[in-house]
Amino acid sequence: MIETAAPPTAGAAVTRRPRWWTAVALAAALGAVALSIAFGSRVVSLPEVWQAIVVGGDDITAAAVRSRVPRTLLALLVGASLAMAGVMLQGVTRNPLADPYILGINSGASLTVVIGIAFVGIHSMQGYIWFALTGAALAAAFVYTVGSLGRGGPTPLKLALAGAITTAALTSLTTAILLPRMEVMNVYRFWVVGGVGRAENHDTLTVMPFIAVGVALCALTASGLNLLGLGDDAAAGLGVPVVRTRLLAATGGVLLCGAATALAGPIGFVGLVVPHLVRLVVGSDHRWLLPVSALTGAALLTLADTVGRVVARPQEIEVGIITALLGAPVFIWVVLTRTGVRA
Amino acid sequence: MTTSLTTESLTLGYGTRPVVTDLTLTLPTGRITTIVGANACGKSTLLRGMARLLPADSGRVLLDGADIHAMPTKQVARRLGLLPQSPIAPEGITVAELVAQGRHPHRRAFARWTPGEDAIVADALEATGVLDLADRVVDELSGGQRQRVWIALALAQQTEVLLLDEPTTYLDVCHQVEVLDLLTDLNRSRGTTIAMVLHDLNLAARYADHMVAVHHGTIHACGRAEEVLTEETVKVVFGLDARVVEDPTSGRPMILPLGRHHVRHD
Repeated sequence: MIETAAPPTAGAAVTRRPRWWTAVALAAALGAVALSIAFGSRVVSLPEVWQAIVVGGDDITAAAVRSRVPRTLLALLVGASLAMAGVMLQGVTRNPLADPYILGINSGASLTVVIGIAFVGIHSMQGYIWFALTGAALAAAFVYTVGSLGRGGPTPLKLALAGAITTAALTSLTTAILLPRMEVMNVYRFWVVGGVGRAENHDTLTVMPFIAVGVALCALTASGLNLLGLGDDAAAGLGVPVVRTRLLAATGGVLLCGAATALAGPIGFVGLVVPHLVRLVVGSDHRWLLPVSALTGAALLTLADTVGRVVARPQEIEVGIITALLGAPVFIWVVLTRTGVRA
Repeated sequence: MTTSLTTESLTLGYGTRPVVTDLTLTLPTGRITTIVGANACGKSTLLRGMARLLPADSGRVLLDGADIHAMPTKQVARRLGLLPQSPIAPEGITVAELVAQGRHPHRRAFARWTPGEDAIVADALEATGVLDLADRVVDELSGGQRQRVWIALALAQQTEVLLLDEPTTYLDVCHQVEVLDLLTDLNRSRGTTIAMVLHDLNLAARYADHMVAVHHGTIHACGRAEEVLTEETVKVVFGLDARVVEDPTSGRPMILPLGRHHVRHD
């Protein structure tokens, strides 16, 4: 029994404090909400913010402050949805690079939304949501099928490549539809950059049921995803219905990112970055990973939106641009450090 | 310990090509069965079929007399455990967290974790000698330690039957013997019925109560190691000329392959 003496390879003991990190993430989200309401392109003093939100008032300053409430709600919702979608897609594909953006799901949603705007004449959230979800689901199914071809099944790298190719193809189709149609372009270009600035509570409510179903599917499959992480054979051996779990979890992920994309346009990297950061502290148990990621994603997107409103006053920088700037370095870090990618 | 696992005229494979054909096998309850055969002979496919990972094209797999594919998968998982050839440890998972997954078939959805389950997990860690490593990250362990952690997971599952697909692959000889000794301990102390695919014929013969040689998807020979590991079987199943002698340490048969070189001609 030479092995029982700890060899040099065994690292330090790991202790996790998931409850503590949940509290931290919740505090971060609440802090982000406070900042998002206090700061914007219009400079407003804190007493004025208090006046507008708590006491009420009908001057321009109060109206400007109150207009920050729906966009803050939307940023919270979209951030939480994208982060959970990222957790689900990474769990389903056992792929550290999985993210709605990298797997081409956002570009699928974009293309179908453009088709809807250009050929079907949709111009409301009730229309966007169905087109976005259809495109998201089709792109997800296509990328997974192509990424599974050949030896070794759906490896992380093959899925990422299939996603990149699909994104390139769908994006050029989208461009081909848009270029000759200026009026479609004008509707589309605000949507595609990824913004929460035109938030309407009405739109948010339209999409809520889809997000609710997505969250329910997350809760339902969380412990199944923990077992899928051990490989399909081991999961089946432990009594997990592998195909059903994967299908339900993928549906949940696609619903969440499709709904978020319909609301705010394609926003990249939140779904990639947040689960990785959260996994570092709470581990790989999806029952903690999902809620803590949701809170962290909500906090991150709300902060990114606030930063976008403040850095280039009086202009605003769309939140999708901020997250891309933030996410690209993290993506490179993941590729360089995660052993799963080399396999 | 009464759970029985048998196959009845089992035919299965991948796509249209059958890998196992018309194979009938009963695992002796409370015993260790080792399954040997050449590469691609169907031994791993047979094990996957018995673990319900592959559907039968024809024939049946019976767990306590009931068709395994007609039973809820979680119910099967309470009686039949499986250690696949290359299971994956999720990045960053600790030994205790991994072994705790073995409790899944016994838990209801959204049920709270109980102290009783902690005790079962601790017992599994203790029995496999990895209790000291409970809070370590699985990725950082050595191959031998990792394999014992996976066996601990199977123990926490508390099944009466345990199937293992090449549990000693990638281990050096010391750790191979250690893993097989551990499995024998489990069999003797808990009465667990064990069936495993092994590559090393000498170890397979030594640790077997019952030995099965698979050839072209059917059973070429089965029974006691002395009956199965013969010069004739090795010639047919592996296409290898060999001498079989008595292993002086265990009294079991032991093969000495006859290659084209380094053989003394007296």
